[in-house]
Amino acid sequence: MSATTEAPKKSGGIRDLSKMFGNGSSTRQVGILGALIVIIILFQILTGGLTLDPINLINLVNQNAYVLILAIGMVMVIIAGHIDLSVGSVAAFTGIIVAISMQSWHFPPLLAIVFGLVVGTLIGMWQGFWVAYIGVPAFIVTLAGMLIFRGGNQFVGNSQSIPVPDSFAIIGNGFIPDFGPQFGFSNGTLILGLLVAVAVVWQEIRERQTQRKMGSESAPLWVSVVKVVILLAVVLYATYLFATGRPGTSYPVSGIILGVLVLLYSFITRNTTFGRHIYAVGGNWHAAELSGVNIRRINFLVMMNMSILAALAGMIAVGRSVASGPGDGVGWELDAIAAVFIGGAAVSGGIGTIVGSIVGGFVIAVLNNGLQLLGVGIDRVQIIKGLVLLLAVGIDVYSKKQGRPSIIGRFTRARRINESLDVPRVVPTLPEEETARPKSTTPN
Amino acid sequence: MTTEPIILEMRSITKEFPGVKALDRVSLTVKAGEIHSICGENGAGKSTLMKVLSGVYPYGTYEGDIIFQGSECRFKDIKSSEAAGIVIIHQELALIPELSITENIFLGNEPRGRFGNIDWVVAKKTAIELLARVGLADDPDTQIKNLGVGKQQLVEIAKALHKSVKLLILDEPTAALNEADSQHLLDLILGLKGRGIASIMISHKLNEIEKISDEITIIRDGKSIETLNIQADGVNEDRIIRGMVGRTLENRFPDRNSKIGEVFFEVKNWTVQHPLTAERMVVKNSSFSVRRGEVVGFAGLMGAGRTELAMSIFGRSYGTFISGQVFMNGKEIQLRNVAEAIENGLAYVSEDRKALGLNLLDDIKESVVSAKLSKISRGQVIDKVKEHNIAEEYRKSLRIKTPTVQEGVNKLSGGNQQKVVLAKWMFTDPDLLILDEPTRGIDVGAKTEIYGIIRDLAAQGKGVIMISSELPELLGVSDRILTIFEGAITNDIPASEADPETLMRSMTSSKKKVTQP
Repeated sequence: MSATTEAPKKSGGIRDLSKMFGNGSSTRQVGILGALIVIIILFQILTGGLTLDPINLINLVNQNAYVLILAIGMVMVIIAGHIDLSVGSVAAFTGIIVAISMQSWHFPPLLAIVFGLVVGTLIGMWQGFWVAYIGVPAFIVTLAGMLIFRGGNQFVGNSQSIPVPDSFAIIGNGFIPDFGPQFGFSNGTLILGLLVAVAVVWQEIRERQTQRKMGSESAPLWVSVVKVVILLAVVLYATYLFATGRPGTSYPVSGIILGVLVLLYSFITRNTTFGRHIYAVGGNWHAAELSGVNIRRINFLVMMNMSILAALAGMIAVGRSVASGPGDGVGWELDAIAAVFIGGAAVSGGIGTIVGSIVGGFVIAVLNNGLQLLGVGIDRVQIIKGLVLLLAVGIDVYSKKQGRPSIIGRFTRARRINESLDVPRVVPTLPEEETARPKSTTPN
Repeated sequence: MTTEPIILEMRSITKEFPGVKALDRVSLTVKAGEIHSICGENGAGKSTLMKVLSGVYPYGTYEGDIIFQGSECRFKDIKSSEAAGIVIIHQELALIPELSITENIFLGNEPRGRFGNIDWVVAKKTAIELLARVGLADDPDTQIKNLGVGKQQLVEIAKALHKSVKLLILDEPTAALNEADSQHLLDLILGLKGRGIASIMISHKLNEIEKISDEITIIRDGKSIETLNIQADGVNEDRIIRGMVGRTLENRFPDRNSKIGEVFFEVKNWTVQHPLTAERMVVKNSSFSVRRGEVVGFAGLMGAGRTELAMSIFGRSYGTFISGQVFMNGKEIQLRNVAEAIENGLAYVSEDRKALGLNLLDDIKESVVSAKLSKISRGQVIDKVKEHNIAEEYRKSLRIKTPTVQEGVNKLSGGNQQKVVLAKWMFTDPDLLILDEPTRGIDVGAKTEIYGIIRDLAAQGKGVIMISSELPELLGVSDRILTIFEGAITNDIPASEADPETLMRSMTSSKKKVTQP
């Protein structure tokens, strides 16, 4: 890097850096990820290091895994243009049935889990039927479901708590088992951490290969190296934290379930025809229908999937508290929905990502946790959570309406304009066509 | 040259958006009581200029001066420009469907009674007067949603008259109207002129502009190119086009270069019922056929049943199927849903690309492959490299103007969006393409390109059905033209023997088969 070309190099560097997390569409996610990091650092300082203490971190994952699992299903529902208010009740209903199946009918835990998923599937088919084939708005169907399955839980369980065996509770309160020689670390968690580290490197290499195959300019190698180094540092530090918790604890089983689901559903939404069709239905269902998409089937499957995940989340929560009770899952739907919207989904459908929603979920989780560590009462925690939700979505809507790029998006924006100036006629950016869409990004 | 006083002068208007100069020292002078048209390709800056004039872009966000009725104006919003007597009627009408005509006319401007209540007696009386002035005989209590687009347009004008308009701006007023409604609207604008109300009209329909304008200002790439006086300068359509594109379009229509083969697609006795009103047949016992390599034009007025016929064939996307058969290569095929229609080699490019053709949240590559994902996926998994490369190919072959195929389709101009929709359907490898108003709302240059694509498809041996409201386009591109009137096919003539008068006659009467001498 000679001194003479310093200026263009610099702007080039910023442009390349902005490519670190993919193209412009994901800038919102980068923004919310940045917010999460800021919040973590803030609480780390305010709580005098308690936030990133291994015990607290393990707790954080354990406490929030089920809401995050709900957020995975919820973002798909919201992308398709619906909403699901029933998830908390469905989770509670499944939880109590599963608990009863083990207590009264002596189902072994594995069978009970399968049974719970079947119950979730049936509930999902019920709700999906009303939404997709009868055409009742999901808001109504799931509001009804919220009442039906909450009542169902209390009816079936006589409004009592029903305990579950420890062998079942592993999915909610278990940890990666330890084995081998003892160094003061959890060996299972270390191996998991190493696997994730390898996956990060492999993923980046594959990403670059794909970019090359498409013939599109990929960011220079140093950007990839910086990105991988940062990610590896995060992964290894997290591994270290999780591996050095209280004896007998390590990375939670529920966290592993969550991780597997995030990978699975990210792949489904990004790389499969089913995933593409969800976005198509939410973005413009008329156009989707005229493109041969079976809209009813998509709506049905999305609603069904949500209830299956709700059933799973319910069972994990039951495992965590080693009992199923009448008040399980109250208000979960709101946490899941808030996570999805903080994570960048649009109320009107068609926009949203799994990863964004998970990050959004962690924002709420860390806020909850940090404020509690500081001794802030539940009353004020709720007020703060509400304001954060409003602020996050408000900033997004405002910046879209005004055509002002978000602070993070500013760099990508600058790059786009530079690129389009290379094209002889700047048709795409002219606002002539904008009259048709008052809500779109008309520059002010 | 008239020596009418000048009512509006826009001097050296410059408007910049981040990275783009949308208007570059544009000047516009409108004389009192004249009809002044603004012409230019999509993206030339016409709408932006009107937004500056009407206060949508407030004073301070642009450079230059606006002088209206002799005094300089600094509008800070639409309300202040309306107060001065400038009213803009947008392409997308700003009426509320659930409210009545009266309620819409007085929306935000309601006559007040003694207690601040709305005085509906006065309102209704005034509404009746206003409706009479625009030639609308409907009951002022009619809900807007029960009026056709043409009548809604008239309500908009009545609303403008109520605001004691002195300068009326009409943005593509006839884009969604049929011939008769267009004519009525144009007559009305001429009538307003007689009463001293000046109009600025933006339109792509050059024949209309030529017919009613006094002067034309041409804008190209954000600059005002010239102002022509219709009478003094001997302006015709070709002259306007030359100004708009900066060159003469020697031949707007490509050669008919395809070899027409045998009949491969047939529809027999097709009858479709209105989706809501039983007993109302929107398509009546229609039969037609398409040959390989042939472009068949469907002519008909708005509401004649052209779109309904096309969509009902395309997987029963419209109305309730009553009876009829479809044959492909001599074999009867079942088209019960869109997926089956695509599977059988049909493609339908809808007339409304924003509402029905595209997901505006998608980028170009996602849109191109969206009608046949199976072609680029193994099992359920999409091959994104293939997706990208295929979109790239179409970008090049159809000359879609965009830096990359990752660009969102909502950022493209109308013509380029239409090319994306065409690419989307070409990607499904159809044998028969049904194009519903393929050039609606796109500029002259892009139209010519679309015509070329249509003829290329025919040259590849595909059958094309082109539905269009523009007769010159039907005559210029089709090999054969069918006319439709009230849901039935009334005529079937080779394009070489057709002329606008014959077509219009068959489009407006149910007399079967006008025999050629």
